[in-house]
Amino acid sequence: MPEDPDSELVSRVRAGDEGAFAELAGKYQRAMLSIARGYVPSSAVAEEVVQEAWIGVLRGIGRFERRSSFRTWLFRILVNRAISAGVRERRSVPVDDMGPVVDASCFDAGGTWRVPPDPWADQVDDQVVAAKMAARILAAIDELPIQQREVVTLHDVQGMSSGEVCAVLDISNANQRVLLHRGRSKVRQVIGSEFGRGR
Amino acid sequence: MSRLRFRPRREVVCREAVELVTGYLEDALSQAQRRRFEAHLAHCPDCPEYLAQMRVIVALAGRITHDDLTPRMQEEFISLYRRWRDDEARDPL
Repeated sequence: MPEDPDSELVSRVRAGDEGAFAELAGKYQRAMLSIARGYVPSSAVAEEVVQEAWIGVLRGIGRFERRSSFRTWLFRILVNRAISAGVRERRSVPVDDMGPVVDASCFDAGGTWRVPPDPWADQVDDQVVAAKMAARILAAIDELPIQQREVVTLHDVQGMSSGEVCAVLDISNANQRVLLHRGRSKVRQVIGSEFGRGR
Repeated sequence: MSRLRFRPRREVVCREAVELVTGYLEDALSQAQRRRFEAHLAHCPDCPEYLAQMRVIVALAGRITHDDLTPRMQEEFISLYRRWRDDEARDPL
């Protein structure tokens, strides 16, 4: 297992460093709210669930054995709380969302681009545009269907490995990749419609 | 004994390439798939841009990990921490 990026912060929290706890909170609070929101009926309940999860973390951190990364452990606690507070438990990819990720009308009969992607990738070299894009990407992720949002948030925003994401969400690797693929593709569409040159 | 039947490999077309992008970026394609995907990219005028866009999405998403807590939230977390610490001191496990 690769080294836990939070290893040092965890040790500091255990040693009584309240600043280290606030630092961990800053790092994960937003993603936790976003994940919790997928299980419970309102943002207010999501906030409660996240708060409870943090209390659970404090209570358990002395016994946390580092067999998984801290963030995997943290999000497992969160998901367990959210499930007991919430309504959703089924975790398979909805079948109504299994079509192609790029609209079929963009391709000709042979499968070649008829309406090729409007180029914008090189705009990321401009720091100002990149910052704007990053903000839009975050907003677009927040608008994804719940399961895609969870996977994209944990994998791409938090930088978790596929293995960690699967452990947190209790889904298969194949399922995880499908959700990641669909989520990213939708985000690309949103960014393309705003940053593409032709629109 | 069964004999391997030779099946000519059809080239990947753009419509299929866009479905392979995530597998490619996550290093989850088989060697054969990867080769066919890369062969397509080498001569397609448009799919390299599509792949580049997906790379940008992933790179920028990963850049926004840290949120600074507002001072008020920072205080709330510190006070949550202190409450827990005081509870522990009073009622150790």
